[in-house]
Amino acid sequence: MKDCQDGYIKLALPKGRFISPTASLLAEIGLGFQDYSDKTKQYRLHSTVFPRLAAKILQEKDISIQVAVGNYDLGICGLDWIEELLVKYPAGALVKISSLNYGEGSIHVVTSTQAGITSLNELSDGRNDYRIVSEYPNLAEAFALNLRMRRFRIFPVWGAAEAYPPENADLAVIWGKNGADMATKGLIPLKRLIPVTASLVANRESLENKDLSQILTCFSSKFTAEPQTSIENGLDISEKPKGSLPSWQPKEINMALPDGHQQVPTSQFLKHAGLALQGYSEEGMSRRPSADLDWLGIKVIRPQDIPLQVANSNFDLAITGVDWLREHLYRFPSSPVKKLFVLGFGAVKVVAAVSQEMPVADIHELRALIQSNKFAPLKVASEYINIADKYLRDNHINPYKLIPTWGASEAFLPEDADMLIDNVQTGKTLEQHKLKIVDVFFQSSACLIANKNSLASPDKKEKIGFLTQKLRGGLK
Amino acid sequence: MENQKCKGMRDLLPEDMLRFRHIEDVFRTCCRNWGYKEVRTPTLEFLHLFTATGTLTPSMLSKVYSFLDWDGWSGERVVLRPDGTIPVARLYIDNLTGQELARLFYVTNIFAFEGTGKENRERWQCGAEFFGGDKLVPDVEIILLAEEVIRRLGISSVGLQLSHAGLVKALLKMLKLSRMEESKITNRILEGDWQALTRVKAANPEIQRVMTTLLSLKGKSSSFLHNLRASFPKASQDFKSSLEDLISITTLLDSLGCSYKIDIAAIHGFEYYTGICFQFLAAGEKIGGGGRYDNLVPLMNGEDIPACGFALYVDPIMKLLPPEEGKRVESEILVRGKELTSEIVGTCFAVAESLRDAGHTAELDFTDRKESSCRWVIMVSGKEPSLFMLTDCVQGRRRDAASMAEILKVVGEG
Repeated sequence: MKDCQDGYIKLALPKGRFISPTASLLAEIGLGFQDYSDKTKQYRLHSTVFPRLAAKILQEKDISIQVAVGNYDLGICGLDWIEELLVKYPAGALVKISSLNYGEGSIHVVTSTQAGITSLNELSDGRNDYRIVSEYPNLAEAFALNLRMRRFRIFPVWGAAEAYPPENADLAVIWGKNGADMATKGLIPLKRLIPVTASLVANRESLENKDLSQILTCFSSKFTAEPQTSIENGLDISEKPKGSLPSWQPKEINMALPDGHQQVPTSQFLKHAGLALQGYSEEGMSRRPSADLDWLGIKVIRPQDIPLQVANSNFDLAITGVDWLREHLYRFPSSPVKKLFVLGFGAVKVVAAVSQEMPVADIHELRALIQSNKFAPLKVASEYINIADKYLRDNHINPYKLIPTWGASEAFLPEDADMLIDNVQTGKTLEQHKLKIVDVFFQSSACLIANKNSLASPDKKEKIGFLTQKLRGGLK
Repeated sequence: MENQKCKGMRDLLPEDMLRFRHIEDVFRTCCRNWGYKEVRTPTLEFLHLFTATGTLTPSMLSKVYSFLDWDGWSGERVVLRPDGTIPVARLYIDNLTGQELARLFYVTNIFAFEGTGKENRERWQCGAEFFGGDKLVPDVEIILLAEEVIRRLGISSVGLQLSHAGLVKALLKMLKLSRMEESKITNRILEGDWQALTRVKAANPEIQRVMTTLLSLKGKSSSFLHNLRASFPKASQDFKSSLEDLISITTLLDSLGCSYKIDIAAIHGFEYYTGICFQFLAAGEKIGGGGRYDNLVPLMNGEDIPACGFALYVDPIMKLLPPEEGKRVESEILVRGKELTSEIVGTCFAVAESLRDAGHTAELDFTDRKESSCRWVIMVSGKEPSLFMLTDCVQGRRRDAASMAEILKVVGEG
């Protein structure tokens, strides 16, 4: 971190699920981060006890990567994200120090009760092409390889992996508390991969060369033995899940809708267009809302994942953002996804921003600055890696390094990245973080997209036409 | 300046390429002489081609360079070819299944990630595959072909080790392990950890005896195998038939005067092999290997065609080549212009062309650098009567020449 270079120890702390147990732990061992709580609005923290200890709050997914690349000496995050990195790069720069004694649930390989898969042996013997969906693509791949699955495809997703089986995936690798928890979602666990406990990790070089002993001593009373990982053992899957299962039947037309921030404006739009849905409103959300059209199947997934799922023919139609459509098309230029029309709501700008202290006003000045060897390589944090990659290439920024993030890219500047490429609504957040916009790429808002093959299909054409007509009505 | 090369990648410099091409040339000549035809497969293949056989170890597959192609929205991954045999088997299934026999060879690079970046992540191999036919003759043929290539390359003290995948598999079956355990042990053995096998407690003392003997003894002739057969009358049928197979191969090798060492535990990485496995060692390094893989073609949805093959590893062999192979002096002629006038430069090009037409290597030069490794230097002065001056760099003599015909005559006489 910029203000704490020589001799400072940098600690990455998690947002989200582990924030309150981690806050209690830090208070108990006396690290002196009073401001670390689920109410905190700031990203940067300074220890009141250790003057040379500084911390930053990051997404858990980012922590293992940030510690591995050496931006942080130590970090706390879930074992799932650590293993996700280590399974692919075992000899890398991330070192597990110890489990801390809190956490919940495990990462499981699950299938749908309706997928007809009953055992792991079936997966390795079969000649089927299994689709595996997961937020943990590396763990999913390692599982498939260890089982010697003959043919499989991994779909990395931003979230909602549990919603994909059985029709859009055969297996999912997901976090779940226990079998009963997963049964309520209509899923059967086939195998437990790793328990999810919070763990302390370190950067290898920091551990080898830097004195972290004071901080490690504080943690040491909390070190626990690694919980039993049951990678080798299959689960007892003879027990059939009980409870009411979401029923699913194949539908003629399938549509995907976004969750998250886009959900409320999308549901308002659909209501205005006269498409009545149960289970997709401000009051509540089901992953499979129902429509009053019996031929229409609807599923709610992450907007980031929607274009690829339409390209795959998992859905004929969908509502997502222009930004995510573009991100998809830059990666897969011949993708059969087509934008039908823009819906107008959820408008944001996709921009490039840098620290206010950087003496540049636009990308040309930035290029000159990089050529003069300052900020080389330019470190760029972005959720939109393909948009960012194309922008940097097109503008002859060389050399650069892309840091993929999972939201809140502004937290990375200025210490861990020099530039961010992200969406902004008003620009207020950027200002609060002392950042300035150097380029505006495009305006993005919600749009209706379709699979070209579905549009051309004689069986689907008419119904899709009916639906798009109805949605177009919502624009008025 | 900072090195701009990717980690684990290697440049081959002119001297390296001389060695590389020499290996390729010898390999190609031998293969053609045995009736093999050259093929080349693409660098990109589908990942599922390599997972489909279910035989490659998870640790090998976790090191492939795989990614989504520009049209990979269906999730179908492609890989940079991690193995030489499987793509050739695919080529055979796609194009040549109609042929009763196919003898194919290739020179190719294969890619595998290696964590430290100290070892090569791109490696070259010369391989040959024999599809169809019965078993015994092709098995012996590929061993003898590989041996001939190594011999013609002039590599000395090469050891040939033999093992048999069928024997190992039969041994594992006799242990009656759970499916999970068996696959775990198989993976360990494939990675070279034979001790994993001895750590398994066999329920039956007879099996323990077979295992200990087999893993500890090393034989140098088929008699060794006859002794084994006599020592284990109660072994399983699979074990006995694999042993018979190995006996017939070694008997034939004995009669052909081919020396070898039978060492069941010496081999690893025999993932898709079903019968004989062999490897060549020189200076403590593995320089090649191969074997019989009868299940590969059917597992890849091809017909039930037996096959066998081998590959020689170019990278370690390059280090073992006799030193003269890297420093062959070409009988080069340097054509040098005295001045940079268009008339002299034009004459130089014409002289060089005539020399090349006559089968010589001619290099143009308009600098003052010292002639180094050339056989001849021809100075073009452009002035009558002696338009050219010839220097014989080996004999250290000079003479004038008035015409192209005179130059060709002198150079031609050496």
